Amino acid sequence: MTDCCCKKPCAPKREPWMTGDVETPVGKVPTIGTRLTLRDELGALKVRFAIGRNNYTIEPGLYAIGEPTPESPVFVSANYKLSFDHLRCALGGTDGWVLVLDTKGINVWCAAGKGTFGTAEIVNRVQQTKIDQIVSHRKLIVPQLGAPGVSAPEVAKQSGFGVLYGPVRAEDLPKFLAAEFKATPEMRRVRFTLRDRIAVIPVELVIWFKQALGLAIALALLSGISRNGYSLANAPHAFVLVFTAWLTGGAVVPLLLPWIPARAFSLKGLWVGLMLWIVLGSANLLGASPLTELGWGLILVSVVSFMALNFTGTSTYTSMSGVKKEMKIAIPIQLIAAISGTVLIIIGGLR
Amino acid sequence: MKHLKNVVTLKLDEEKCIGCGLCSTVCPHEVFSIVDKKAYIIDLDACMECGACAGNCPIGALSVDSGVGCASGIINGLLNGSGECCCDKGGTCA
Ligand code: SF4
Ligand code: SF4
Repeated sequence: MTDCCCKKPCAPKREPWMTGDVETPVGKVPTIGTRLTLRDELGALKVRFAIGRNNYTIEPGLYAIGEPTPESPVFVSANYKLSFDHLRCALGGTDGWVLVLDTKGINVWCAAGKGTFGTAEIVNRVQQTKIDQIVSHRKLIVPQLGAPGVSAPEVAKQSGFGVLYGPVRAEDLPKFLAAEFKATPEMRRVRFTLRDRIAVIPVELVIWFKQALGLAIALALLSGISRNGYSLANAPHAFVLVFTAWLTGGAVVPLLLPWIPARAFSLKGLWVGLMLWIVLGSANLLGASPLTELGWGLILVSVVSFMALNFTGTSTYTSMSGVKKEMKIAIPIQLIAAISGTVLIIIGGLR
Repeated sequence: MKHLKNVVTLKLDEEKCIGCGLCSTVCPHEVFSIVDKKAYIIDLDACMECGACAGNCPIGALSVDSGVGCASGIINGLLNGSGECCCDKGGTCA
C-alpha cells in the first residue's frame, strides 16, 4: 500500500488522481480530482470481477476537493478506492475536505460491520490529521452506511466533532448539501434494485467458480462408474449440468430475486432449482435412467438452493437472526439432497 | 423485499427514549417512526440487525443482537470463530 520510507511527517505518495496541494496551517494537503479517468474505471471494472479486490486501497489521511476553506464541510470515507472514487466523483464542483479512514481497503458498509470504520478510527484520524486546526466548524459528514460502526455521541465526546449522517448513496450528496445537511427518507433507504443485483452477478459467479469446478470434477469422476467398467463418457454431461446449476444460482436467482415466491432465500433457490430440474428433465437432458435423472435433479436443486442461501450475504436486507434460522433448516436438507443425489447417480450408473 | 417474519431481536425501551431521532436517521430500512418526540418501531420485520440504531442512541434505549446477516459469514463464524461476512465482495455497499 505504502512504499514510503521517510520518517514522519510522511507525505502521502503521489497518486495519478491527485491534482495539487492546498496550504493549511498544519501543512500541505493534497487535492484530488473529481473526474474519474479511464484508469479509475478499469480499476473499478476489475474489482467488480473480483480481481485484486483486496488491495484496491488508498492512503488514509486528509485530502482536499476543489478549493476548500476553513468553513468547508468534511466528508469521511473509507480507504477502499471504489468508495473513495464514488465520493470524489459525486463531489465534483464542491469545495470540501475528505477524511479517509484506514478501513483496510474495505468498503464503508462492511468495514462498519467489522468496526474498522468506527468511532475509534474516526477519533484517531481526526487527531492525526489535526483537522481541528484546519477547519473552523466541528462537523463531520459520515456516510449513513458507516453508522453501524460509529456512535455519534461517542465521537462528539472524544473528538469534539459532531457527526452528521449523510445519505446512503454518494450521488445524493450534492442534494444533501443543497438542503443544508438534510437527507430525504428516500436518501436514507437502502434498496436492492435490479441494477444493484446485476452488478453483483459477476462477483457471485467468480466466487463460486472453484466450488462448482470441484463438484463438477467429483461428479464427472463418479458418474464414470458402471457395470461394464469405468468410462469418462459421461464427464462432459456432468460438467454441463453442474455449471448450468452454477449459472442459475449465481445469475438467475439474483436477477429474479424479488419475483421468486417465498421469503427465505433457500426456498427461493429451491423453486428456481425445481424449475431447472423440470426444464432439463423434460428435455431429457438429465441422464438415461430414472435413477440418474432423479440424482441429477437433487444435485441441481441443492446447488441452486445453497447458492441462493449464500446470496443473503450480498443482499441488503437480511438479518443475522433470520439467516441463522433459515440455515438451521435449509443446510441439513441441502446436504441430504446433495448426498442422495450423488448416491443415486452412482447407483444409476451401476444398474 | 423482506426476509423472514418475527425473528428480529431489536428492542426499544419507549420509556427511556428522548425522541432525538437519531435511530430513524441511521436506519437503512425505515424501521422507526418518531411521533411526538418518541420513537416507535413501525416495521420490525424490515430490520436487518445492523446495529446502527442501538450504537447511536444517546441514552441506550435500543438493543439489538447485531451481526452479519449472511450465510457464509455465519458458516465462517462456526468453522473458525471469525464471522467474516461475504459482503466484502458486495457491489451494492459502496
Ligand atoms: S436514538 Fe434513542 S433516544 Fe433517540 S429517538 Fe431513537 S430510541 Fe429515542
Ligand atoms: S438494527 Fe439497523 S436495520 Fe435494524 S432498526 Fe436498527 S438501524 Fe434499522
